Amino acid sequence: MTAMEPAVQPPPRNFSERLTRLTSKAPIHIALLAIAFVWLVPTIGLLVTSFRPRSEIQATGWWTVFGGNIDFTINNYRQVLEQQNMLQAFINSVSIVIPATIFPLLIASMAAFAFAWVKFPFRDTLFLGVIAMLLIPAQMTFIPLSRLVGASGLGGTFIPIWLIHTAFALPFGIFLLRNFFITLPKDLIEAARIDGAGNVGIFRQIVIPLSVPALASYAIFQFLWTWNDLLMALIFAPRQGQPMTVQITQLLGTYGSEWHILAASSFLIMVVPLVVFFSLQRYFVQGLLAGSVK
Amino acid sequence: MTDASATARPIERGGGMPKMSGEFSWTAALFVAPAVALLAIFLLYPTISTIILSFQEGLDNYIRLFTRDPNFFDVRSFPPSGAFWNNVLWVVFYTGGCVFFGLLVAVMATRVRYEALVKAIVFLPQAIAATALGVIWKFVYAPNDQIGLLNAGVGIFGIDPIAWLGNTSWVNTSLIVAGIWGSVGFATVILSAALKGISTEIIEAARVDGARESQIFWRILVPMLSLPISVVAVTLIINVVKLFDLIYVMTQGGPGSTSRTIAFTMYKEALASRNFDYGAAVAVIMLLVLVPVMVFNVRRFRADRVVQ
Repeated sequence: MTAMEPAVQPPPRNFSERLTRLTSKAPIHIALLAIAFVWLVPTIGLLVTSFRPRSEIQATGWWTVFGGNIDFTINNYRQVLEQQNMLQAFINSVSIVIPATIFPLLIASMAAFAFAWVKFPFRDTLFLGVIAMLLIPAQMTFIPLSRLVGASGLGGTFIPIWLIHTAFALPFGIFLLRNFFITLPKDLIEAARIDGAGNVGIFRQIVIPLSVPALASYAIFQFLWTWNDLLMALIFAPRQGQPMTVQITQLLGTYGSEWHILAASSFLIMVVPLVVFFSLQRYFVQGLLAGSVK
Repeated sequence: MTDASATARPIERGGGMPKMSGEFSWTAALFVAPAVALLAIFLLYPTISTIILSFQEGLDNYIRLFTRDPNFFDVRSFPPSGAFWNNVLWVVFYTGGCVFFGLLVAVMATRVRYEALVKAIVFLPQAIAATALGVIWKFVYAPNDQIGLLNAGVGIFGIDPIAWLGNTSWVNTSLIVAGIWGSVGFATVILSAALKGISTEIIEAARVDGARESQIFWRILVPMLSLPISVVAVTLIINVVKLFDLIYVMTQGGPGSTSRTIAFTMYKEALASRNFDYGAAVAVIMLLVLVPVMVFNVRRFRADRVVQ
């Protein structure tokens, strides 16, 4: 863990040594402070703005609140939720994201189990084919799929976007979960087979309970992926069921410089991922890192 | 890292498939059928269909993209311009910037007590939707110096407000800066984890031999981290090829078409302008660009293996 820590260094003997050590590290402290500053300030600026009245935002910079210009309100949030459809958009986001997380979790773990522990013809070829689909960008599918959705008559429902999110999550999910499943102890699965357990039983009673960390990482990654998705939603979400990302881009078009509306809406969309981030940080990081091949 | 690689290695060394057990059974079909059906309908069929569509006019769409569409590929001026070359800019500066800052933060953070805090701050933008990230930076870049932080900042030095996103010479730089800000955390987390695997002894030995900190950084840390660095770089390059949200939110490809990317062009041509076969050709180019990158990524290390 602490390989880079100056572990061999003894504690400072006296004040002057402590001072020398502190000043020798001063450039690092200053640089890190500057980096932390640059990485926090843009977000803080928008957060502060989301609580300022419109007249104040137009008149003075948000940074003046630190000079005592404090005049906060929650009206911006009230306005975007009540008048700008953000409440409905929030509900739409939830309606898209929950099935679009559960379906791939179920379908990918079933397939990954078969690829890891069941023998069937062309298994390896099929698995390679699934992995190859990792490289297909969403853009490759837009034109045929929007025609397909139009022809199917499902255009006004959430079904197309659920299924499309699910399909795009599968190659990565199958890859990730299969790699996890094959690390499970072989003896355990053999023993269960000898005891007469079928594939369904082994999957449900052994593989799934032992794979909770991998499943959680995948679920969190998929949840955030779909929650933050704009592109798929622009094309496949029903007109009456647009999620928050799409709603915000529409507000940008209509209210390009009405920052009280834009700031409050942006924070509403950030709330859920931030809650996930702070409560499930470990899985969150793993999920994001695992997702880096997507 | 040491623990993870120790457990991960047997799988990799096993090469392809693990030794199989169990008999052939029809339940296998039950397990893979839903996945295979969804992939066939929603990925395989559309991909083939898009490729065919892109050749509807023979090679015309491709020839047009690379010779007669200055919005996509223009080499008559210097520097070359168009969406394709914007992506090249992104690959160089966004990838380079993220790796550089990621490494810098990772290395510096190991020397202080508040390492976890610094890394969390830099990582935080990873949790934010690109849509919100776009709004945050649009606000920083606002042309009014009573609203936009950056213009207020340069105003201190007597510089008049600049329309960072409305000025053709600034727009790509401004977008790339916002992109770097969003992705450094990813690079930091991976590189920092890899850094923990480098033994202290090597560093200490170099120090004892009188190596300067900059020499330790460039001659020891960078070479030893070349594998995780390449993993991070490849992931970021894939991000660039798929880059859409930030452009859509912040500039809509403008002013004019100066900040378009390949992925944005595809959306614009196929879905906004309804030039379906032309947009299909752009999508095929995206796929062709991704093939070598993705092959590299899957064959070399995977990011989560380097870390954990």
